[in-house]
Amino acid sequence: MSLALDQAAWTAAKVVFAIFGFGLGIAGFLGWVERKQSAVMQDRIGANRASIFGFRALGLFHPIADAIKMLTKEDFVPRGADKTLHALAPMISLGAGLFCLAALPFGGTVTALGRAWDLQPIASPVGVPLVLAVLALGAHGIVMAGYASGSGYGLLGALRGAAQMVAYEVCLAASLAGVLFLYGTLDLQEAVLWQVRHGLWGIFVQPLAFLLFLTAGAAATKRAPFDLPEGESEIVGYHVEYSGMKFGMFLMTDFVESIVICGLVTALFLGGWSVPGLNLPGMGALGGLLMAASFSVKVLLLLFLLMQIRWTLPRFRFDQLLDLGWKNLLPLSLLNFLATIWGIYLWR
Amino acid sequence: MTVRPVERPRRTFGTQIYLLEVWRGLAITFRHLFVNLGRHALRALGVKTAAPGAVTIQYPEDPAVLGRRARTRHRLLKRGDGAPRCTACLLCETICPAKCIRITAEDAPDPRIEKRAKTFDIDLGLCVFCGYCVEACPVDAIRMDAQDVELSAYTRRDMIWNMPELLGDVPKLPRV
Ligand code: SF4
Ligand code: SF4
Repeated sequence: MSLALDQAAWTAAKVVFAIFGFGLGIAGFLGWVERKQSAVMQDRIGANRASIFGFRALGLFHPIADAIKMLTKEDFVPRGADKTLHALAPMISLGAGLFCLAALPFGGTVTALGRAWDLQPIASPVGVPLVLAVLALGAHGIVMAGYASGSGYGLLGALRGAAQMVAYEVCLAASLAGVLFLYGTLDLQEAVLWQVRHGLWGIFVQPLAFLLFLTAGAAATKRAPFDLPEGESEIVGYHVEYSGMKFGMFLMTDFVESIVICGLVTALFLGGWSVPGLNLPGMGALGGLLMAASFSVKVLLLLFLLMQIRWTLPRFRFDQLLDLGWKNLLPLSLLNFLATIWGIYLWR
Repeated sequence: MTVRPVERPRRTFGTQIYLLEVWRGLAITFRHLFVNLGRHALRALGVKTAAPGAVTIQYPEDPAVLGRRARTRHRLLKRGDGAPRCTACLLCETICPAKCIRITAEDAPDPRIEKRAKTFDIDLGLCVFCGYCVEACPVDAIRMDAQDVELSAYTRRDMIWNMPELLGDVPKLPRV
Protein backbone atom coordinates (compact mmCIF):
# COMPACT_ATOMS: atom_id res chain seq x y z
CA MET A 1 0.00 0.00 0.00
CA SER A 2 1.32 3.45 -0.82
CA LEU A 3 2.25 5.72 2.03
CA ALA A 4 -0.36 8.37 1.19
CA LEU A 5 -3.17 5.83 1.12
CA ASP A 6 -1.87 4.36 4.34
CA GLN A 7 -1.93 7.79 5.91
CA ALA A 8 -5.47 8.45 4.75
CA ALA A 9 -6.69 5.13 6.12
CA TRP A 10 -5.04 5.81 9.49
CA THR A 11 -6.61 9.28 9.69
CA ALA A 12 -10.02 7.87 8.80
CA ALA A 13 -9.65 5.18 11.45
CA LYS A 14 -8.74 7.81 14.04
CA VAL A 15 -11.67 10.03 13.14
CA VAL A 16 -14.10 7.13 13.25
CA PHE A 17 -12.76 6.05 16.61
CA ALA A 18 -12.91 9.58 18.03
CA ILE A 19 -16.50 10.15 16.89
CA PHE A 20 -18.11 6.74 17.33
CA GLY A 21 -15.96 5.03 19.90
CA PHE A 22 -15.03 7.89 22.12
CA GLY A 23 -17.79 10.44 21.46
CA LEU A 24 -20.97 8.45 21.04
CA GLY A 25 -19.73 5.70 23.32
CA ILE A 26 -19.13 8.04 26.21
CA ALA A 27 -22.26 10.03 25.40
CA GLY A 28 -24.38 6.90 25.71
CA PHE A 29 -22.58 5.94 28.89
CA LEU A 30 -23.16 9.43 30.28
CA GLY A 31 -26.89 8.88 30.03
CA TRP A 32 -26.46 6.07 32.54
CA VAL A 33 -23.98 8.03 34.70
CA GLU A 34 -26.37 10.96 34.82
CA ARG A 35 -29.24 8.81 36.09
CA LYS A 36 -27.24 6.80 38.58
CA GLN A 37 -25.05 9.58 39.94
CA SER A 38 -28.00 11.88 40.56
CA ALA A 39 -29.89 9.00 42.13
CA VAL A 40 -27.16 7.95 44.53
CA MET A 41 -26.43 11.49 45.67
CA GLN A 42 -30.13 12.02 46.31
CA ASP A 43 -30.41 8.79 48.35
CA ARG A 44 -32.32 7.08 45.57
CA ILE A 45 -31.57 4.03 43.46
CA GLY A 46 -32.24 5.28 39.96
CA ALA A 47 -33.46 3.60 36.81
CA ASN A 48 -32.88 -0.15 37.18
CA ARG A 49 -35.76 -1.89 35.41
CA ALA A 50 -34.51 -2.37 31.84
CA SER A 51 -33.38 -5.96 31.60
CA ILE A 52 -32.15 -8.43 29.03
CA PHE A 53 -33.13 -12.03 29.90
CA GLY A 54 -33.70 -10.91 33.46
CA PHE A 55 -30.27 -9.33 33.85
CA ARG A 56 -30.48 -5.74 34.95
CA ALA A 57 -26.77 -4.90 35.19
CA LEU A 58 -27.34 -1.89 37.47
CA GLY A 59 -29.51 -0.26 34.83
CA LEU A 60 -26.75 -0.23 32.21
CA PHE A 61 -29.27 -1.28 29.57
CA HIS A 62 -31.30 1.87 29.95
CA PRO A 63 -29.34 3.87 27.35
CA ILE A 64 -30.08 1.05 24.87
CA ALA A 65 -33.76 1.10 25.81
CA ASP A 66 -33.70 4.87 25.40
CA ALA A 67 -32.19 4.60 21.94
CA ILE A 68 -34.79 2.02 20.86
CA LYS A 69 -37.57 4.21 22.21
CA MET A 70 -36.31 7.29 20.40
CA LEU A 71 -35.84 5.42 17.13
CA THR A 72 -39.33 3.96 17.18
CA LYS A 73 -41.22 7.05 18.34
CA GLU A 74 -43.30 9.09 15.94
CA ASP A 75 -41.26 11.79 14.28
CA PHE A 76 -43.64 14.69 14.66
CA VAL A 77 -43.29 17.92 12.70
CA PRO A 78 -45.80 20.58 13.74
CA ARG A 79 -47.98 22.38 11.23
CA GLY A 80 -46.45 25.73 10.35
CA ALA A 81 -42.94 24.39 10.79
CA ASP A 82 -40.28 24.74 8.14
CA LYS A 83 -39.68 21.07 7.36
CA THR A 84 -36.18 21.38 5.93
CA LEU A 85 -34.79 23.58 8.68
CA HIS A 86 -36.62 21.54 11.30
CA ALA A 87 -34.80 18.41 10.15
CA LEU A 88 -31.49 20.19 9.56
CA ALA A 89 -31.20 21.85 12.97
CA PRO A 90 -30.37 18.80 15.14
CA MET A 91 -27.93 17.56 12.53
CA ILE A 92 -26.04 20.84 12.58
CA SER A 93 -25.91 20.85 16.37
CA LEU A 94 -24.75 17.26 16.67
CA GLY A 95 -22.46 17.44 13.66
CA ALA A 96 -20.65 20.47 15.02
CA GLY A 97 -20.14 18.77 18.36
CA LEU A 98 -18.91 15.53 16.79
CA PHE A 99 -16.46 17.33 14.52
CA CYS A 100 -14.85 18.97 17.55
CA LEU A 101 -14.19 15.53 19.02
CA ALA A 102 -12.02 14.62 16.07
CA ALA A 103 -9.75 17.60 16.72
CA LEU A 104 -8.90 16.59 20.29
CA PRO A 105 -5.37 15.35 20.99
CA PHE A 106 -5.98 11.80 22.21
CA GLY A 107 -2.25 11.21 22.23
CA GLY A 108 1.07 12.40 20.94
CA THR A 109 3.26 10.74 18.32
CA VAL A 110 4.57 7.27 19.02
CA THR A 111 6.88 5.06 17.01
CA ALA A 112 5.77 1.50 16.39
CA LEU A 113 6.18 -1.03 13.57
CA GLY A 114 8.87 1.12 12.04
CA ARG A 115 6.88 4.29 11.50
CA ALA A 116 5.53 7.24 13.46
CA TRP A 117 1.85 7.26 14.44
CA ASP A 118 0.21 10.55 15.31
CA LEU A 119 -2.71 9.84 17.61
CA GLN A 120 -4.52 13.14 17.09
CA PRO A 121 -7.25 12.53 14.48
CA ILE A 122 -7.27 16.01 12.94
CA ALA A 123 -4.08 17.89 13.69
CA SER A 124 -4.27 21.58 13.01
CA PRO A 125 -1.93 24.46 13.85
CA VAL A 126 -5.04 26.46 14.81
CA GLY A 127 -6.68 23.70 16.81
CA VAL A 128 -8.06 25.81 19.66
CA PRO A 129 -9.84 28.48 17.60
CA LEU A 130 -11.00 25.77 15.22
CA VAL A 131 -12.68 23.78 17.97
CA LEU A 132 -14.17 26.88 19.58
CA ALA A 133 -15.49 28.12 16.23
CA VAL A 134 -17.09 24.83 15.27
CA LEU A 135 -18.50 24.45 18.78
CA ALA A 136 -20.08 27.89 18.39
CA LEU A 137 -21.65 26.69 15.12
CA GLY A 138 -23.85 24.49 17.28
CA ALA A 139 -25.70 27.65 18.30
CA HIS A 140 -26.95 27.89 14.72
CA GLY A 141 -28.68 24.59 15.18
CA ILE A 142 -30.41 25.92 18.28
CA VAL A 143 -31.62 29.13 16.69
CA MET A 144 -32.68 27.21 13.61
CA ALA A 145 -34.60 24.69 15.71
CA GLY A 146 -36.48 27.40 17.58
CA TYR A 147 -37.20 29.39 14.45
CA ALA A 148 -38.23 26.45 12.30
CA SER A 149 -40.64 24.83 14.76
CA GLY A 150 -43.18 27.59 14.32
CA SER A 151 -43.81 27.76 18.05
CA GLY A 152 -43.48 30.75 20.35
CA TYR A 153 -42.00 28.65 23.13
CA GLY A 154 -39.41 27.19 20.85
CA LEU A 155 -38.48 30.62 19.56
CA LEU A 156 -38.15 32.00 23.10
CA GLY A 157 -35.89 29.13 24.04
CA ALA A 158 -33.82 29.69 20.92
CA LEU A 159 -33.45 33.41 21.69
CA ARG A 160 -32.34 32.60 25.21
CA GLY A 161 -29.93 30.08 23.76
CA ALA A 162 -28.52 32.59 21.30
CA ALA A 163 -28.02 35.25 23.99
CA GLN A 164 -26.34 32.73 26.26
CA MET A 165 -24.10 31.35 23.53
CA VAL A 166 -22.90 34.80 22.51
CA ALA A 167 -22.19 35.74 26.12
CA TYR A 168 -20.27 32.58 26.90
CA GLU A 169 -18.45 31.92 23.64
CA VAL A 170 -16.72 35.26 24.19
CA CYS A 171 -15.63 34.26 27.68
CA LEU A 172 -14.64 30.83 26.43
CA ALA A 173 -12.13 32.34 24.03
CA ALA A 174 -11.08 35.23 26.29
CA SER A 175 -10.31 32.97 29.24
CA LEU A 176 -7.97 30.95 27.03
CA ALA A 177 -6.07 34.00 25.76
CA GLY A 178 -3.68 34.07 28.70
CA VAL A 179 -2.85 30.40 28.73
CA LEU A 180 -2.38 30.27 24.96
CA PHE A 181 -0.11 33.30 25.11
CA LEU A 182 1.93 31.45 27.69
CA TYR A 183 2.14 28.29 25.58
CA GLY A 184 2.91 30.40 22.53
CA THR A 185 0.75 28.24 20.26
CA LEU A 186 -2.80 27.69 19.08
CA ASP A 187 -2.17 24.02 18.44
CA LEU A 188 -3.72 21.66 20.99
CA GLN A 189 -0.93 19.14 20.54
CA GLU A 190 1.73 21.82 21.04
CA ALA A 191 -0.06 23.00 24.18
CA VAL A 192 0.14 19.50 25.62
CA LEU A 193 3.79 19.22 24.61
CA TRP A 194 4.55 22.55 26.37
CA GLN A 195 3.11 21.11 29.58
CA VAL A 196 5.11 17.92 29.09
CA ARG A 197 8.35 19.85 28.44
CA HIS A 198 7.93 22.07 31.47
CA GLY A 199 6.62 19.25 33.63
CA LEU A 200 3.88 21.60 34.75
CA TRP A 201 0.15 21.36 34.15
CA GLY A 202 -1.71 24.43 32.97
CA ILE A 203 -4.02 24.38 35.97
CA PHE A 204 -1.08 25.26 38.25
CA VAL A 205 0.14 28.07 36.00
CA GLN A 206 -3.28 29.53 35.25
CA PRO A 207 -5.73 28.43 37.97
CA LEU A 208 -8.04 31.38 37.34
CA ALA A 209 -8.22 30.66 33.63
CA PHE A 210 -9.08 27.05 34.46
CA LEU A 211 -12.02 28.11 36.64
CA LEU A 212 -13.24 30.66 34.12
CA PHE A 213 -12.99 28.25 31.21
CA LEU A 214 -14.75 25.48 33.10
CA THR A 215 -17.59 27.82 34.07
CA ALA A 216 -17.96 29.25 30.58
CA GLY A 217 -17.67 25.74 29.18
CA ALA A 218 -20.43 24.44 31.42
CA ALA A 219 -22.57 27.32 30.19
CA ALA A 220 -21.72 26.59 26.57
CA THR A 221 -22.96 23.02 26.93
CA LYS A 222 -26.37 24.31 28.05
CA ARG A 223 -26.61 21.98 31.01
CA ALA A 224 -27.79 22.95 34.50
CA PRO A 225 -27.19 25.34 36.18
CA PHE A 226 -27.06 27.03 32.77
CA ASP A 227 -29.87 25.13 31.05
CA LEU A 228 -32.09 28.10 30.31
CA PRO A 229 -32.33 27.41 26.57
CA GLU A 230 -33.87 24.06 27.48
CA GLY A 231 -35.71 25.07 30.63
CA GLU A 232 -37.45 21.73 31.11
CA SER A 233 -39.58 22.91 34.01
CA GLU A 234 -40.70 26.03 32.16
CA ILE A 235 -41.61 24.28 28.89
CA VAL A 236 -39.64 26.99 27.12
CA GLY A 237 -36.96 25.34 25.09
CA TYR A 238 -35.69 25.36 21.55
CA HIS A 239 -36.55 21.66 21.24
CA VAL A 240 -40.15 21.67 22.55
CA GLU A 241 -41.42 20.76 19.09
CA TYR A 242 -39.03 17.87 18.60
CA SER A 243 -39.64 14.20 19.13
CA GLY A 244 -38.10 10.89 18.30
CA MET A 245 -34.53 10.68 17.11
CA LYS A 246 -34.32 14.40 16.29
CA PHE A 247 -34.89 15.11 19.96
CA GLY A 248 -32.43 12.37 20.78
CA MET A 249 -29.83 14.15 18.68
CA PHE A 250 -30.29 17.32 20.70
CA LEU A 251 -29.89 15.34 23.90
CA MET A 252 -26.74 13.74 22.49
CA THR A 253 -25.42 17.17 21.53
CA ASP A 254 -25.39 18.26 25.16
CA PHE A 255 -23.35 15.24 26.14
CA VAL A 256 -21.02 15.52 23.15
CA GLU A 257 -20.41 19.19 23.85
CA SER A 258 -19.65 18.34 27.48
CA ILE A 259 -17.10 15.82 26.27
CA VAL A 260 -15.55 18.40 23.95
CA ILE A 261 -15.29 20.98 26.72
CA CYS A 262 -13.77 18.42 29.07
CA GLY A 263 -11.38 17.36 26.32
CA LEU A 264 -10.28 20.97 25.84
CA VAL A 265 -9.80 21.44 29.58
CA THR A 266 -7.80 18.23 29.74
CA ALA A 267 -5.58 19.24 26.83
CA LEU A 268 -4.99 22.81 27.95
CA PHE A 269 -4.98 22.58 31.75
CA LEU A 270 -4.52 18.97 32.84
CA GLY A 271 -1.54 17.94 30.76
CA GLY A 272 -3.55 16.23 28.00
CA TRP A 273 -2.43 12.65 27.44
CA SER A 274 0.66 12.93 29.62
CA VAL A 275 1.18 11.03 32.85
CA PRO A 276 3.63 12.62 35.30
CA GLY A 277 6.79 10.57 35.64
CA LEU A 278 6.26 8.48 32.48
CA ASN A 279 7.88 9.14 29.13
CA LEU A 280 4.94 7.93 27.05
CA PRO A 281 6.13 8.99 23.55
CA GLY A 282 9.17 6.77 23.99
CA MET A 283 7.22 3.65 24.89
CA GLY A 284 5.98 2.60 21.47
CA ALA A 285 2.55 1.03 21.00
CA LEU A 286 2.04 0.61 24.74
CA GLY A 287 2.76 4.32 25.19
CA GLY A 288 0.10 5.11 22.60
CA LEU A 289 -2.49 3.05 24.43
CA LEU A 290 -1.55 4.61 27.74
CA MET A 291 -1.85 8.09 26.20
CA ALA A 292 -5.39 7.45 24.99
CA ALA A 293 -6.27 5.85 28.32
CA SER A 294 -4.86 8.71 30.37
CA PHE A 295 -6.65 11.28 28.23
CA SER A 296 -9.94 9.36 28.53
CA VAL A 297 -9.62 8.97 32.29
CA LYS A 298 -9.01 12.69 32.75
CA VAL A 299 -11.99 13.53 30.54
CA LEU A 300 -14.21 11.09 32.46
CA LEU A 301 -13.17 12.54 35.81
CA LEU A 302 -13.97 16.04 34.59
CA LEU A 303 -17.32 14.85 33.26
CA PHE A 304 -18.00 13.34 36.67
CA LEU A 305 -17.27 16.71 38.30
CA LEU A 306 -19.46 18.58 35.80
CA MET A 307 -22.24 16.07 36.37
CA GLN A 308 -22.00 16.60 40.13
CA ILE A 309 -22.18 20.37 39.65
CA ARG A 310 -25.14 19.94 37.32
CA TRP A 311 -27.08 18.04 40.03
CA THR A 312 -26.01 20.34 42.85
CA LEU A 313 -26.70 23.87 41.70
CA PRO A 314 -30.11 25.33 40.94
CA ARG A 315 -30.70 27.03 37.62
CA PHE A 316 -29.65 30.65 37.23
CA ARG A 317 -32.15 33.37 36.48
CA PHE A 318 -31.66 34.73 32.99
CA ASP A 319 -30.39 38.18 34.07
CA GLN A 320 -28.04 36.51 36.56
CA LEU A 321 -26.77 34.32 33.77
CA LEU A 322 -25.98 37.24 31.50
CA ASP A 323 -24.55 39.23 34.41
CA LEU A 324 -22.24 36.37 35.24
CA GLY A 325 -21.09 36.13 31.66
CA TRP A 326 -20.64 39.75 30.66
CA LYS A 327 -19.91 41.46 33.98
CA ASN A 328 -17.85 38.84 35.80
CA LEU A 329 -16.35 36.17 33.61
CA LEU A 330 -15.39 38.43 30.71
CA PRO A 331 -13.64 41.18 32.75
CA LEU A 332 -11.90 38.54 34.84
CA SER A 333 -10.74 36.74 31.73
CA LEU A 334 -9.35 39.96 30.28
CA LEU A 335 -7.65 40.89 33.58
CA ASN A 336 -6.16 37.42 33.69
CA PHE A 337 -4.88 37.91 30.16
CA LEU A 338 -3.32 41.29 31.03
CA ALA A 339 -1.75 39.88 34.18
CA THR A 340 -0.32 36.98 32.19
CA ILE A 341 1.22 39.29 29.61
CA TRP A 342 2.73 41.47 32.34
CA GLY A 343 3.97 38.39 34.15
CA ILE A 344 5.69 37.04 31.06
CA TYR A 345 7.11 40.50 30.26
CA LEU A 346 8.54 41.02 33.76
CA TRP A 347 9.82 37.48 34.00
CA ARG A 348 11.75 37.61 30.75
CA MET B 1 -48.18 30.69 70.52
CA THR B 2 -44.52 30.89 69.82
CA VAL B 3 -42.94 32.94 67.14
CA ARG B 4 -39.53 31.84 66.07
CA PRO B 5 -37.72 34.65 64.31
CA VAL B 6 -35.65 33.35 61.44
CA GLU B 7 -32.86 35.61 60.44
CA ARG B 8 -32.65 36.27 56.75
CA PRO B 9 -29.35 34.92 55.48
CA ARG B 10 -27.05 37.86 55.00
CA ARG B 11 -25.42 38.58 51.69
CA THR B 12 -21.76 38.68 52.47
CA PHE B 13 -18.88 38.90 50.06
CA GLY B 14 -18.34 35.19 50.58
CA THR B 15 -21.80 34.26 49.37
CA GLN B 16 -21.79 36.89 46.65
CA ILE B 17 -18.81 35.49 44.80
CA TYR B 18 -20.68 32.17 44.89
CA LEU B 19 -17.62 30.00 44.39
CA LEU B 20 -17.40 29.14 48.09
CA GLU B 21 -21.09 28.35 48.14
CA VAL B 22 -20.65 26.09 45.14
CA TRP B 23 -17.97 24.22 47.07
CA ARG B 24 -20.19 23.92 50.13
CA GLY B 25 -23.01 22.54 48.01
CA LEU B 26 -20.66 20.15 46.26
CA ALA B 27 -19.31 19.01 49.62
CA ILE B 28 -22.81 18.00 50.68
CA THR B 29 -23.68 16.20 47.46
CA PHE B 30 -20.28 14.50 47.27
CA ARG B 31 -20.67 13.34 50.86
CA HIS B 32 -24.05 11.81 50.06
CA LEU B 33 -22.68 10.24 46.89
CA PHE B 34 -19.70 8.54 48.52
CA VAL B 35 -21.46 7.57 51.75
CA ASN B 36 -24.28 5.99 49.76
CA LEU B 37 -21.89 4.30 47.35
CA GLY B 38 -20.01 2.87 50.32
CA ARG B 39 -23.22 1.58 51.86
CA HIS B 40 -24.35 0.01 48.59
CA ALA B 41 -20.96 -1.66 48.20
CA LEU B 42 -20.90 -2.95 51.80
CA ARG B 43 -24.44 -4.30 51.54
CA ALA B 44 -23.63 -5.99 48.26
CA LEU B 45 -20.80 -7.74 50.10
CA GLY B 46 -23.17 -8.78 52.84
CA VAL B 47 -21.95 -6.36 55.52
CA LYS B 48 -24.74 -4.80 57.55
CA THR B 49 -24.65 -0.99 57.54
CA ALA B 50 -26.42 1.35 59.91
CA ALA B 51 -28.66 2.69 57.15
CA PRO B 52 -29.44 1.54 53.61
CA GLY B 53 -27.81 3.35 50.71
CA ALA B 54 -31.15 4.56 49.41
CA VAL B 55 -34.58 5.26 50.81
CA THR B 56 -36.28 3.92 47.70
CA ILE B 57 -39.18 1.49 48.16
CA GLN B 58 -39.18 -1.01 45.30
CA TYR B 59 -42.90 -0.55 44.98
CA PRO B 60 -44.52 -3.33 43.00
CA GLU B 61 -42.36 -5.94 44.77
CA ASP B 62 -42.48 -4.27 48.19
CA PRO B 63 -45.87 -2.99 49.35
CA ALA B 64 -46.55 0.72 49.17
CA VAL B 65 -46.32 2.53 52.50
CA LEU B 66 -49.47 4.55 53.17
CA GLY B 67 -50.23 6.84 56.05
CA ARG B 68 -52.97 5.60 58.38
CA ARG B 69 -55.14 8.57 57.40
CA ALA B 70 -54.38 8.40 53.69
CA ARG B 71 -57.40 8.98 51.49
CA THR B 72 -57.75 5.73 49.61
CA ARG B 73 -60.57 3.67 48.11
CA HIS B 74 -64.14 4.04 49.46
CA ARG B 75 -65.53 1.59 51.94
CA LEU B 76 -69.13 1.17 53.13
CA LEU B 77 -69.50 0.57 56.86
CA LYS B 78 -71.87 -1.75 58.67
CA ARG B 79 -73.96 -1.39 61.79
CA GLY B 80 -73.53 -3.58 64.84
CA ASP B 81 -76.04 -6.10 63.47
CA GLY B 82 -74.17 -6.42 60.18
CA ALA B 83 -76.56 -4.41 57.99
CA PRO B 84 -75.10 -1.57 55.94
CA ARG B 85 -75.28 1.79 57.71
CA CYS B 86 -76.31 3.61 54.56
CA THR B 87 -79.86 5.00 54.73
CA ALA B 88 -79.98 5.84 51.02
CA CYS B 89 -80.39 9.54 51.73
CA LEU B 90 -78.57 10.30 48.47
CA LEU B 91 -76.57 13.15 50.02
CA CYS B 92 -73.34 11.68 48.73
CA GLU B 93 -74.80 11.12 45.28
CA THR B 94 -75.98 14.72 45.26
CA ILE B 95 -72.76 16.31 46.34
CA CYS B 96 -70.46 14.20 44.22
CA PRO B 97 -68.87 16.59 41.72
CA ALA B 98 -67.98 13.75 39.37
CA LYS B 99 -71.51 12.29 39.48
CA CYS B 100 -70.05 8.84 39.89
CA ILE B 101 -72.26 7.48 42.69
CA ARG B 102 -75.46 5.72 41.73
CA ILE B 103 -77.83 4.57 44.50
CA THR B 104 -81.23 2.92 44.31
CA ALA B 105 -83.27 2.82 47.49
CA GLU B 106 -85.74 0.31 48.88
CA ASP B 107 -87.85 -0.02 52.01
CA ALA B 108 -85.97 -1.20 55.04
CA PRO B 109 -87.46 -4.14 56.98
CA ASP B 110 -86.62 -2.39 60.26
CA PRO B 111 -89.60 -0.05 60.97
CA ARG B 112 -87.33 2.47 62.73
CA ILE B 113 -85.40 2.94 59.50
CA GLU B 114 -87.12 4.46 56.54
CA LYS B 115 -84.98 3.34 53.62
CA ARG B 116 -81.89 1.41 52.80
CA ALA B 117 -79.76 1.12 49.70
CA LYS B 118 -80.65 -1.62 47.30
CA THR B 119 -77.71 -0.99 45.03
CA PHE B 120 -74.79 1.33 45.61
CA ASP B 121 -72.31 1.75 42.75
CA ILE B 122 -69.28 3.98 42.63
CA ASP B 123 -67.52 4.40 39.31
CA LEU B 124 -63.91 4.83 40.37
CA GLY B 125 -63.01 5.58 36.79
CA LEU B 126 -64.84 8.88 37.21
CA CYS B 127 -64.19 9.57 40.90
CA VAL B 128 -61.83 12.47 41.56
CA PHE B 129 -61.13 11.39 45.15
CA CYS B 130 -62.33 14.66 46.58
CA GLY B 131 -63.80 13.03 49.68
CA TYR B 132 -66.99 15.10 49.59
CA CYS B 133 -69.11 11.96 49.83
CA VAL B 134 -67.47 11.13 53.15
CA GLU B 135 -68.06 14.66 54.42
CA ALA B 136 -71.68 14.65 53.33
CA CYS B 137 -72.76 11.36 54.86
CA PRO B 138 -74.88 12.03 57.98
CA VAL B 139 -74.56 8.50 59.37
CA ASP B 140 -70.87 7.83 58.73
CA ALA B 141 -71.72 5.07 56.29
CA ILE B 142 -68.97 5.75 53.79
CA ARG B 143 -65.32 6.33 54.38
CA MET B 144 -62.27 6.49 52.19
CA ASP B 145 -59.87 4.45 54.25
CA ALA B 146 -59.75 1.04 52.59
CA GLN B 147 -55.92 1.43 52.38
CA ASP B 148 -56.15 0.34 48.78
CA VAL B 149 -54.71 2.37 45.93
CA GLU B 150 -54.24 -0.28 43.27
CA LEU B 151 -57.51 0.35 41.46
CA SER B 152 -56.67 -0.22 37.83
CA ALA B 153 -58.76 -2.48 35.63
CA TYR B 154 -58.78 -3.56 32.01
CA THR B 155 -62.28 -2.36 31.21
CA ARG B 156 -64.30 0.67 32.22
CA ARG B 157 -67.02 -1.57 33.60
CA ASP B 158 -64.55 -3.17 35.98
CA MET B 159 -63.85 0.26 37.47
CA ILE B 160 -67.38 0.28 38.90
CA TRP B 161 -67.57 -1.10 42.44
CA ASN B 162 -70.96 -2.36 43.65
CA MET B 163 -72.32 -2.56 47.17
CA PRO B 164 -71.04 -6.01 48.28
CA GLU B 165 -67.60 -5.13 46.98
CA LEU B 166 -67.59 -1.79 48.78
CA LEU B 167 -68.81 -3.50 51.95
CA GLY B 168 -65.98 -5.96 51.67
CA ASP B 169 -68.37 -8.93 51.48
CA VAL B 170 -67.05 -10.19 48.16
CA PRO B 171 -63.63 -9.58 46.66
CA LYS B 172 -63.41 -7.35 43.62
CA LEU B 173 -62.90 -9.57 40.61
CA PRO B 174 -63.03 -8.71 36.93
CA ARG B 175 -66.46 -9.43 35.53
CA VAL B 176 -66.64 -11.79 32.59
S1 SF4 C 1 -64.64 11.12 46.44
FE1 SF4 C 1 -65.67 12.83 45.44
S2 SF4 C 1 -65.81 12.18 43.30
FE2 SF4 C 1 -65.34 10.33 44.47
S3 SF4 C 1 -67.32 9.43 44.90
FE3 SF4 C 1 -66.81 10.74 46.67
S4 SF4 C 1 -67.79 12.72 46.16
FE4 SF4 C 1 -67.70 11.54 44.27
S1 SF4 D 1 -74.65 10.01 52.29
FE1 SF4 D 1 -74.22 8.18 53.55
S2 SF4 D 1 -76.24 7.44 54.13
FE2 SF4 D 1 -76.59 8.93 52.53
S3 SF4 D 1 -76.64 7.66 50.65
FE3 SF4 D 1 -74.57 8.32 50.90
S4 SF4 D 1 -73.56 6.69 52.02
FE4 SF4 D 1 -75.76 6.36 52.26
